[in-house]
Amino acid sequence: MAKAARPKPLQGEPLIIQMGPQHPSTHGVLRVELETDGEIVSKATPHIGYLHRCKEKIGEKIPYEQYVPYSDRMDYLAAINTNWTWAMAVEKLAGIEVPARAEWIRVFVGELNRIASHLVFQGCFGLDLGAITPFLHCFREREMVLDILEELSGGRLCFNYMRIGGVAGDMTPRAMQMTQDFLTQFRSKLDSLNELLSFNQIFIRRSANIGVVTADEAIAYGWTGPILRASGVDWDLRRDEPYSIYDQFEFDVPVGQGLKGQVGDNWDRYWVRVQEMYQSMRILEQVIVGFPEGGEFKAKVPAVIRPPQGAEVYVRGECPRGEVAFYIISDGSGTPYRMKVRGPSFCNISALEAIAKDMVVADLVSTLGTFDLVMGEVDR
Amino acid sequence: MDHNEIYDLLKMTFGPERILENCKTGDEKKGYRDSFILIAKDALPEVCQFLRNDERLRFNLLHCISGVEWPEYFESVYHLFSLPCKHRVTLKVRVEKTEPRVPSVTGLWPAANWLERETYDMVGIVYDGHPSLTRILLPEEWEGHPLRKEYEMPDHEHLREIGF
Repeated sequence: MAKAARPKPLQGEPLIIQMGPQHPSTHGVLRVELETDGEIVSKATPHIGYLHRCKEKIGEKIPYEQYVPYSDRMDYLAAINTNWTWAMAVEKLAGIEVPARAEWIRVFVGELNRIASHLVFQGCFGLDLGAITPFLHCFREREMVLDILEELSGGRLCFNYMRIGGVAGDMTPRAMQMTQDFLTQFRSKLDSLNELLSFNQIFIRRSANIGVVTADEAIAYGWTGPILRASGVDWDLRRDEPYSIYDQFEFDVPVGQGLKGQVGDNWDRYWVRVQEMYQSMRILEQVIVGFPEGGEFKAKVPAVIRPPQGAEVYVRGECPRGEVAFYIISDGSGTPYRMKVRGPSFCNISALEAIAKDMVVADLVSTLGTFDLVMGEVDR
Repeated sequence: MDHNEIYDLLKMTFGPERILENCKTGDEKKGYRDSFILIAKDALPEVCQFLRNDERLRFNLLHCISGVEWPEYFESVYHLFSLPCKHRVTLKVRVEKTEPRVPSVTGLWPAANWLERETYDMVGIVYDGHPSLTRILLPEEWEGHPLRKEYEMPDHEHLREIGF
């Protein structure tokens, strides 16, 4: 009797899904080309460039001081920090001294903006995992920070507050008072957010042990900022190569410890940012206590800045997303010969293809969330 | 180590034919800014491997790759940092305009993958040995390299053809 032929196993073809460019979980116009085998991602290729606005070409055409609002629109969730790095780069290039009072104001607004940016991350990451309430709490707190920054700069998203040689406006007693009020209640709000989200069992199960990136991988892919520290690398520009007046403040650098899973997993990347908000509060408290009386808030700067011919600088600043850097070459005229922006998210996201392999689609969404991407700065 | 010590160490290891010059930028009157080390194009992979692996240097973080167009040549600029040793160095490679080809360093630092693609896209320097050197910020059909000095915007006809 002939043996019955065994049925062939079912052959599934890999399914290609375009995630984005208009997808809520990609946090902007990012397109990820997913090759999936059922629920498992076998390949994820990010495609960028949807928000490319030729920032570097524009930089070659306009005077140094006019570039400040353009730097706002790169990392629009942390506009002040990008502004600040641009201002530092031009100041170093042209040899401009910044008055002490301006440095204090810069640290003040920089740390406030860091809190605002991390709050957006915290809320959105909860949202990526299906937690809607924390998102509303985070945005309520962020609103208070934005009110303070509005009091100083007039803007609420793109502040255009830094100037070459200082800041656009002086500190006001009202802004100081608002910050004090904010700090007195924010710590307990953050504690309750932790109870609601960070130590929630569902949240931990969805984020711990997922998307693990080792320290060596993180460095090899050029990661910087909170997601580098989450992988266990103890490196913070503000402490290790202090710029501005960061050497005068006491603060700790939170590093991923794998409290709920492994070092460098999604939960660590989340937790490092939450702890950074506590540290930013510590810095803000010290700024309020030590804020200098009187003094200039902007140095006298020539109407047209002409750095020495052939001079070039590479200046880095610690942004909420990592180290943003400006590389400027001067030809002695009023505009740069060449300027290059190094966006931290650009380097961070280049690792996605390597870590997304063999991940479940739902986990890819949350891993992408922990990168805290701002596409304005990836595409520039 | 500071920039000059790194230059001396490299020159001692690779010789003056491959490590060409230690250049200061800026001028005497207004002050000097960042320095850079100019190296021969063909020596780039060996020098980078040495910079990354040597115990005294340990440049593990490739921070940025930039392309610069000068009237006579293109430059590929590497900003390297060492997290364990806390020092930095800037390397430059010059290539002639007729054939702008530079060896890729993607094998040493995976971060170079996207940075080299961006430089290729914007300035048009070709990185030999790159796993997939395609445009990254602009569409694949785009013509020209926008950060070159003589670049002109394509006309509307062409933009419509490629779907803009």
